[in-house]
Amino acid sequence: MHDRGRIILGLLVFLALITFPIWYNLISGQESRPPEIELPAGETLCVADREFMRTEHMQLLMDWRDEVVRGDRRIYTASDNRTFPMSLSGTSRTEHGGSCMSCHDNKDKFCDRCHDYLAVKPYCWDCHVEPKGGQ
Amino acid sequence: MAIKRRDFCWLAGLSVVGAASGKVLSVGAEETSGSGSTLIGEPLLGKRWAMVVDLQACRKEEGCRDCIKACHATHNVPDLDDPDEEVKWIWKEKFHHAFPDQEHEYLRHDLRHEEILVFCNHCDNPPCTRVCPTQATWKRPDGIVMMDWHRCIGCRYCVAACPYGSRSFNWRDPRPFIDETRTDFPTRTRGVVEKCTFCDERLAQGRPPACVESCESKCLIFGDLEDADSAVREALRTRHAIRRKPGLGTQPEVYYLV
Amino acid sequence: MIEKALTGGRGYWIWIACTLSAIAAGAYCYVLQLNTGLGITGLSRDITWGFYIAQFTFLVGVAASAVMVVLPYYLHDFKVFGRIAILGEFLAIAAVSMCMLFIMVDLGQPGRAFNMILHPSPRSILFWDMIVLNGYLVLNVLISRASLNAERNGEAPPAWVKPLIILSIPWAISIHTVTAFIYSGLAARPFWMTAILAPRFLASAFSSGPALLILVCLFLRRVTRFDAGWEAIRKLAIIVTYAVLANIFFVLMEFFTAFYSAIPEHVEHFTYLYVGLDGHRELVPWMWLSAALVLVAAVLLVNPRLRDRQGLLTFACVAVVLSIWIEKGLGMIVTGFVPSPLGEVTGYAPTLPEFLITMGIYGIGALLITVFYKVTLSVRGQVKA
Repeated sequence: MHDRGRIILGLLVFLALITFPIWYNLISGQESRPPEIELPAGETLCVADREFMRTEHMQLLMDWRDEVVRGDRRIYTASDNRTFPMSLSGTSRTEHGGSCMSCHDNKDKFCDRCHDYLAVKPYCWDCHVEPKGGQ
Repeated sequence: MAIKRRDFCWLAGLSVVGAASGKVLSVGAEETSGSGSTLIGEPLLGKRWAMVVDLQACRKEEGCRDCIKACHATHNVPDLDDPDEEVKWIWKEKFHHAFPDQEHEYLRHDLRHEEILVFCNHCDNPPCTRVCPTQATWKRPDGIVMMDWHRCIGCRYCVAACPYGSRSFNWRDPRPFIDETRTDFPTRTRGVVEKCTFCDERLAQGRPPACVESCESKCLIFGDLEDADSAVREALRTRHAIRRKPGLGTQPEVYYLV
Repeated sequence: MIEKALTGGRGYWIWIACTLSAIAAGAYCYVLQLNTGLGITGLSRDITWGFYIAQFTFLVGVAASAVMVVLPYYLHDFKVFGRIAILGEFLAIAAVSMCMLFIMVDLGQPGRAFNMILHPSPRSILFWDMIVLNGYLVLNVLISRASLNAERNGEAPPAWVKPLIILSIPWAISIHTVTAFIYSGLAARPFWMTAILAPRFLASAFSSGPALLILVCLFLRRVTRFDAGWEAIRKLAIIVTYAVLANIFFVLMEFFTAFYSAIPEHVEHFTYLYVGLDGHRELVPWMWLSAALVLVAAVLLVNPRLRDRQGLLTFACVAVVLSIWIEKGLGMIVTGFVPSPLGEVTGYAPTLPEFLITMGIYGIGALLITVFYKVTLSVRGQVKA
């Protein structure tokens, strides 16, 4: 191999850079802690179970978006036949129950905790008015 | 090394394009399945929503802007002073601006000097929906020309295509300019086009459009043209109505009782 | 072959530095535009398309004009254009790339541009414009790459290039026709809604594009050892002549229909352009300059003895390019919006960020052209030592 020295050196530098998050945390003694979210009081079950919501709430919201805006269909029937209005606006409840923000009414203490931890910036909040909770 | 650098670069580029298009095809194939229905408190259902504006009733209140305030408040429409950047869903125009093809020297005094309420005409043959490259605006089966602010790419082709100037573009972030943000309706963001949507979210709850509800002179009549007993059909039976720029073939569904 | 673009004299590197500076300034302003919104341009609720879309319209014409070299050479075996066909194709690539960049910077939500592919809308002319522009880019990249590669290896291009070249001829016509259709089908804009818009676009494209190519060839003759040959330049000049005459004729046709019919919504746009409307006279001096330039150019070009003199030909070509740039790049788009559908007359002028973003995109085009031509001429061994 030509330039063996330079290539191996380059590969080592690359490895060092790409594993930076791992060894830097170890050296500086910082630990990564999972996010602590504040669940709404008094409610135990969301639109679907926790595991589903954790992995699928983004897709669910996108489906809801198209159902409401493009399909003019506004009620979601969950698999256990509970109904929810499909909405990312407002905290009020209708006779079909409340939507996301009726329960999750504080973006800082719920939504942002996981999103900030994962450095995710969903742009939903550019338009949908964020719930401020008990402020 | 047997492969030449140029060929390697081409292969790499083509692989990226190939991988991306595979993803694209799979994304395009995902359909949103519907498990929703329309019933929130008996929605108003129609086949051809239309509005009748009674210009004689409207003129009874000088300087009244109740409908404009109701619409803009309900929908978090920003209040930008600069006429170059303003966003408006409903506003008042002079007669010769609203009806340039009806203008003449001897207009009736009230038509000459008072202002006409204008907003999206929800045309039957809308030029704006035809030109939208993403179908971010489209005509619903019930007649409403609807907006999807998630999909709009802000190309403003619809603004160019609208013969009535009904559409506004968000030239900057609208939020600082909203007088009082209501939480039950989203705002929009910079870079998308917006306009009157005949209050589709209120119709779904069985309520008439905000402007209609707010008008104390009852000069805005909203209804289904396909329903022979509707208030709009009744109004059109009794008085002569004109529409804006009828010669363009857009078939506007806002009728003005002169 | 790209490495050939990385060697050059002082003048070359100063030019590259200029293009990179323009690009950097444009990029900075574009970030500003992304953060603040399109409000930092001079556009407004009434005049919703302006400088960016106008440059796109002008450059589509330049891109389409490559066909004026390709068609005679490949379809009619006009060997004289042999040396410059590839220059025309590279010019087309740079022009089409700039077109698409101008559209991207004009979008309010450019991150969502992919929606045009995810949700195809065949009733929208912008959808078809996306298809034809990208298709033209791909065609020209494939053709020029194969041709240059073959030239470098001293052999004939592969057989599959010929059908692509034949395809690129009607495709070139289509890109400008589809672009004209963006405007000419809008009932809301009487200034644009004329059947002659597409023919006008083509005539102005075939005037400005080959004129630009002539200027490029004369410039290359000065700074490199590449000589397109006077015969090729003469023939290009003849093409420009006829196209300029057709363009003037079409514009006069527009004047007649508008003024003889005296329909206000047709007349007022020309009044705005050449006299001023409601006190707004921003475009008046520009339009008269454009008219003067094209008439002087026509006089110079029509006479073969004047056309054959390099100095006069150079002047005529500059005049043609400038005149058409004013006509399309300043006058065509904004005037469609004046007066507005509600009869308002407002003014428009590009702001500084808008201008710098535009210059940045032109910088990208200039950089592309420079690299392409440097590589081509190096392959041909015709770069000056």
